[in-house]
Amino acid sequence: MTNLWADIKNTDLVVIMGGNAAEAHPCGFKWVTEAKHHKKAKLIVVDPRFTRSAAMSDLFIQIRPGTDIAFLGGVIKYLLDNDKLQKEYVLNYTNAAYILRADYKFEDGLFSGYDEAKRDYNRASWEYEFGDDGFVKADTTLQDPRCVFQVMKAHFARYTPEMVERITGAAKDKFLEACKWIAETSAPDKVMTSMYALGWTQHSKGSQNIRTMAMIQLLLGNIGLAGGGMNALRGHSNIQGLTDIGLMSNLIPGYLTLPTDAQADFAAYMRPRGFKPLRPGQTSFWQNYDKFFVSFMKAMWGSAATKENDWAYDYLPKLDVGAYDVLRGWEMMHQGKINGYFCQGFNPLMSFPNRGKLATAMAKLKFLVVMDPLATETSEFWQNHGEHNAVDPAKIQTEVFRLPTTVFAEEDGSLTNSGRWLQWHWKGAEPPAEAITDIEIMAKIFLKVRELYQKEGGAYADPILKLTWDYEKPQHPSAEELARELNGRALADVPDPRDAARLVLRRGQQLNGFGELRNDGTTMCGNWIYSGCWTEAGNQMARRDNSDPGGLGLTPRWAWSWPANRRILYNRASADVKGAPFNPKQKQVWWNGERWTGYDVPDYGPLVKPEASVGPFIMNQEGTARLFTRGMMRDGPFPEHYEPFEAPVANPLHPKVGPNPVARVFKGDMEVFGKAADFPYVATTYRLTEHFHFWSKHVRINAITQPQEFIELGEELAKEKGISSGDLIEVRSNRGRVKAVAVVTKRIKVLKIDGKMVHTVGIPLHWGFTGETKKGFGCNQLTPYVGDANIETPEYKAFLVDVKKLGTTAA
Amino acid sequence: MSSLQSLDIRRRSATVTQSPSQREATEIAKLIDVSRCIGCKACQAACLEWNDLREEVGVNVGVYDNPHDLTENTWTLMRFTEIDVDGRFEWLIRKDGCMHCADPGCLKACPAPGAIVQYKNGIVDFISENCIGCGYCVKGCPFNIPRISKKDAKAYKCSLCSDRVAVGQAPACAKVCPTQAISFGTKKDMAAWADKRIADLKERGYKSAGLYDPPGVGGTHVMYVLKHADRPQIYAGLPKDPKISPLVEFWKGVTKPLALAGVGLAALIGFFHYVTHGPNEVQAEDEEAAAKARRTPAE
Repeated sequence: MTNLWADIKNTDLVVIMGGNAAEAHPCGFKWVTEAKHHKKAKLIVVDPRFTRSAAMSDLFIQIRPGTDIAFLGGVIKYLLDNDKLQKEYVLNYTNAAYILRADYKFEDGLFSGYDEAKRDYNRASWEYEFGDDGFVKADTTLQDPRCVFQVMKAHFARYTPEMVERITGAAKDKFLEACKWIAETSAPDKVMTSMYALGWTQHSKGSQNIRTMAMIQLLLGNIGLAGGGMNALRGHSNIQGLTDIGLMSNLIPGYLTLPTDAQADFAAYMRPRGFKPLRPGQTSFWQNYDKFFVSFMKAMWGSAATKENDWAYDYLPKLDVGAYDVLRGWEMMHQGKINGYFCQGFNPLMSFPNRGKLATAMAKLKFLVVMDPLATETSEFWQNHGEHNAVDPAKIQTEVFRLPTTVFAEEDGSLTNSGRWLQWHWKGAEPPAEAITDIEIMAKIFLKVRELYQKEGGAYADPILKLTWDYEKPQHPSAEELARELNGRALADVPDPRDAARLVLRRGQQLNGFGELRNDGTTMCGNWIYSGCWTEAGNQMARRDNSDPGGLGLTPRWAWSWPANRRILYNRASADVKGAPFNPKQKQVWWNGERWTGYDVPDYGPLVKPEASVGPFIMNQEGTARLFTRGMMRDGPFPEHYEPFEAPVANPLHPKVGPNPVARVFKGDMEVFGKAADFPYVATTYRLTEHFHFWSKHVRINAITQPQEFIELGEELAKEKGISSGDLIEVRSNRGRVKAVAVVTKRIKVLKIDGKMVHTVGIPLHWGFTGETKKGFGCNQLTPYVGDANIETPEYKAFLVDVKKLGTTAA
Repeated sequence: MSSLQSLDIRRRSATVTQSPSQREATEIAKLIDVSRCIGCKACQAACLEWNDLREEVGVNVGVYDNPHDLTENTWTLMRFTEIDVDGRFEWLIRKDGCMHCADPGCLKACPAPGAIVQYKNGIVDFISENCIGCGYCVKGCPFNIPRISKKDAKAYKCSLCSDRVAVGQAPACAKVCPTQAISFGTKKDMAAWADKRIADLKERGYKSAGLYDPPGVGGTHVMYVLKHADRPQIYAGLPKDPKISPLVEFWKGVTKPLALAGVGLAALIGFFHYVTHGPNEVQAEDEEAAAKARRTPAE
């Protein structure tokens, strides 16, 4: 989230698209009801189904799964055509005025530089035009045909309301009504919030779904403002923490990136990370990258990380491919190239796509360690559960170790919520039986491995042997110790760079924030964005003062939010060029003549004068937000509608380029994509409010409220197939099948897509073969093995199936 | 559920003696704002948790309503209705349960002394140890709420968490509702809050938005804000003009004293039955049911 949960109450218009907040985030949805009641806000829901969020909406529009970019692209065209822009914002706070290179092109569905053999782009032409001064050229009249604004206008000219209807199935009049409501928030004192989740990410163009809405929010001037923003509703209580801490194969904490094979030393690693400002006078805050990185290395290896050894740069693993994402990992397991697997707090047998492939892959493992509080399907993948897990245990030689862990309520620690708040919690109960914390299990495994290296040696043992492990009880590092390490502390006296006689920090002191980090090894910090969470003043995450100066719900003394306890990112953009709030009724930060002040921590130099022309997006080299992303995204600097990999029609915009041309597909997976002739119906998968993933089915009460796997069909399709509610049906894709109870509903209508009637089938995902509910198959029997082109999130939300009636009563 | 309440009683079934009336009591109400309800079933879960009730894990029969009806364990239930209203499709979601009528048909119909009471604050509660399981309350209820247990043959329904209310707490369902679709307070405050909600709904084009507090049963202590208050039936059969059955009124006026004599006779017969045949023994299936109720998810 750029903003925070409570801030949704400040909005004038909520757009829920690519998510289903009422069902998947019921507690967060309360802020929508608050906005509706107290601010007279309206709610638009755009979804393939009429959800429980839709039941709360003022306007609902059904679209075909996987066509969000077409819908949003149409909105962009509407805003540009009707001049519904926040002009001061677009001109000064985005890159609209910047001139693009003459060789950047978009033709017939492809951007310039496409290499069909590699399924990749050479992105060199997706770039600005630079002047002799080394800075990007700009035309502040926005008239130059090569400026971002004009090129964007040309790009989206194809997304007419008629084309939107042809691709998405959304009725033109309803689409235009939504455009009208959205356009109203281009007024400087009106805001719209975007609430989205996996409905946008789980596509082969997921990142671009989100980007399209981000562009709309920039054109409307809604980023940085209370009640605005791009608000990703995270799916687990601490999944924000997971990404912050860098639990991705290509990241280290705080969104720093792991080196690649080609970057042989620290200098080579830093070379592409210089982040030189692209416009005069910009902050380009990532210029501090080396301070964050060196402090991280000091946290890892302490005195073994020195300037002489490149801060132990060689100890870090180097990536030989873009990333070892889950799809690649399981592909390798499937090929027998991974033979041991630690599975922690995860249930991949149910969660990853194409369950048939997963089960085959796991059977090739020599050992599997599952750390989980529950007896998950993954930990019992080798057990025969009839048709729900039809395996032959005699043929599976994998040794499975199940290590029971605590749940969050049985341990101290912090959870980072969607709004980036780190909230400390205290142990509420003793864990049952032999369950111990994940930290304790990992500590014990680490100490044992280190002992083996100490005794027996091994190839390149230094990263293990020299790892800092200075916890009071090495077998039980405490949550407090780990949190203090994430915050960071001074390893030596740290002098003030402007006045060497003055000390900023004494040796051993906890840092106050990332502004104190050094690149000379005098500071250590586990995660620079978390710096400030545990200072000399104590545990900031444990603060519980809910006072709310300004009345926007920012509650700056409740818990602690990264970065720097800032509640709304880019909040400088909530004030006009001169530093006065765009919306005087919802003041956040402003220039008082001497400094920036207000109810939030300014996302800006506190003493930087508004007339200094420093852009509000201080992390970016441009200082402005990017409507055109240069080469930063693999599949295009502007979003484009591509069909899902399994689609019922050819791409109406460019029939020759159907799905995302750079999404990675492994050999063998391409072959099992289904064709519309065999699988005529579009399917989408989703969660229900009664359950949390595959976990809560282990709880009796949740099982009572939604006991059995079902599949939703519209009345038209049910009639064609002679299916009634309660019948047992079979849904097949080219990869597998699911048998479940039919729920026939008016909430899914047949859509007319490019002249063809297309039915949508809805598949909730919660049931498996363990737990208290009736046994189920799980939707990943059906889903295709392909991910987003940028971050490889699997395409669970749009694929093709066929439907068959099996019986009149569900057994 | 129990007579061990610190709430004063206004009236009790089949009893003519004066109830204690010394203490003051404010009339309370639960307001269910259907326009804010997201159908998450947190209220259902909280009801099971607070009251230590558990259903068997059932099956899906092609709808979202689970369990499929109120039972002796399910005292509140989300009912889902898909309907076109004035050319606009709506998914109506209504939390069903006891309405706590000011003029309770169940209490009037009940022949067992003190089995149904109405507290001065308006809550209608079943005092289970006095219940004889005759099922008259089921017939007497214009909302089809009470259910007879297969385990102990007694009638059960929502108590409006009289035990929580007695110590100044809101009912469990209101406590957990994430969107404040369920509010709890004095009946006066709830009516005022409803007015604000209705004004908002009218502004959004729901011309028939209104409060459901049916006069046919003297008003209720569970009230709804409905977007279509002129057509309550579309909300999974919420009665438009609920009234106590004339049979119950007749029973109350004339027949009841006679029937009560019959009940007395039955009690006498029961006493002799006990003396001659001994008490009812706990059966194997009762043990089994109790064991199931104790079962923990970890097993």
